Amino acid sequence: MHLPAILPWGAHDGFSKQMLLVILSVVIIATFFMLAARKQQLVPGKLQFAGEMAYGFVRNSIAKDIIGGRDFMKYVPLLFTLFFFILVNNIYGAIPLIQLPSFSHVGGAYVLAAIVYITWIAIGVKKNGLRYFKLATVPSGVPVYILPIVIPIEIISNFLVRPVTHSLRLFATMLAGHLIVMIAGSGIEFLVMQENVLLKGTSVLVLAGAIAMYMLEALIMALQAYVFTLLTAIYIEGALHADSH
Amino acid sequence: MNQLIISAATEGAAAVNPLVPNPWEMGVVLAGFAVLFFIVVKFVVPMFEKTFAERAEAIEGGIAKAEKAQAEASAALEEYKQQLTDARAEANRIREEARAEGAQILAELKEKAAAESARITAQAHVQIESERQAAVVSLRSEVGTLATTLAGRIVGESLSDDERAARVVDRFLADLENQNAGVAK
Repeated sequence: MHLPAILPWGAHDGFSKQMLLVILSVVIIATFFMLAARKQQLVPGKLQFAGEMAYGFVRNSIAKDIIGGRDFMKYVPLLFTLFFFILVNNIYGAIPLIQLPSFSHVGGAYVLAAIVYITWIAIGVKKNGLRYFKLATVPSGVPVYILPIVIPIEIISNFLVRPVTHSLRLFATMLAGHLIVMIAGSGIEFLVMQENVLLKGTSVLVLAGAIAMYMLEALIMALQAYVFTLLTAIYIEGALHADSH
Repeated sequence: MNQLIISAATEGAAAVNPLVPNPWEMGVVLAGFAVLFFIVVKFVVPMFEKTFAERAEAIEGGIAKAEKAQAEASAALEEYKQQLTDARAEANRIREEARAEGAQILAELKEKAAAESARITAQAHVQIESERQAAVVSLRSEVGTLATTLAGRIVGESLSDDERAARVVDRFLADLENQNAGVAK
């Protein structure tokens, strides 16, 4: 799964294209938003307007709508960073020549899911104390004789499965999309090189399918960034209001 | 060639499990995320929030200003309406006063005219009365004189003859008329 490294050239372990792209994404996002936010004009220019739209989307459509109340502003930076970090790294997969969504390598997805996991547990504990673990695993209003079944399910689903699905959802969609596009590319190349003219012709069908898949993948890249951030907001909201769930 | 691809694929799959992360990549993502998060917390969010707050304030300030202006305008309108009503009331009052005054003047004039006419009538009455008195006085004296004269004439002539008496009376009256005519002349 790992491309040969850039530094040292061709080595199995080392500074890879994926790492370069991750660092590049940080530079791109930071530069764009610093430039967009810097002017602070009441009537925004095009760049500032685009930046405000992007920021306002995360701030209002994700943080405010999900977390709500007066608490949401505290979590806007985390959600904002997550969304654009994932978005840019995903979109790499749709850019010709780059064509490598960073999270098709599972490590990055693990890291982000872990950050979120630690964050929402910390929020829950800070808000409710150690009672939080009881609140998160013992649903209110459930008959006592069902609790032996419900509590293990809640523990598994909230504390074990949640970070795994959170990270693997992102990783798997990116890897699958990446693989489909790569396989389609290889398939086209393979079919075009066949001797039989009819067989050669079928490469057009694969090309059409590949373009459709490419569009779908582009959609999924944006969608997964949204889903990851949305789930983060939902987890944080759940931790904040554990006593009312 | 097909076999080459298949063998390469199986070899790759055996070598790398896609679920096993590369720790260096994890480190880079963690570091990159941390740097980006720091920049966002420190600069991007505060700058955007400041702009939003300023804009909200500007818009709300504008609304407040507009509301104030509207309130002022409606207050001024109210005042003008009030003034207009006052002016109308004033005009009505003045008109009423003028009408009342006019009526009063007319009544006074009528009264004065009536008094004047009464005065003139009374004066005429007095004058007529005095003239009448004067006439009565002069008549009384003249009638006495005339009666005395006539009686003397009648007595001077013979009273037995009716014809003669009639002639005496006729002569007396003719004399009286001549006398009167002479007086008139």
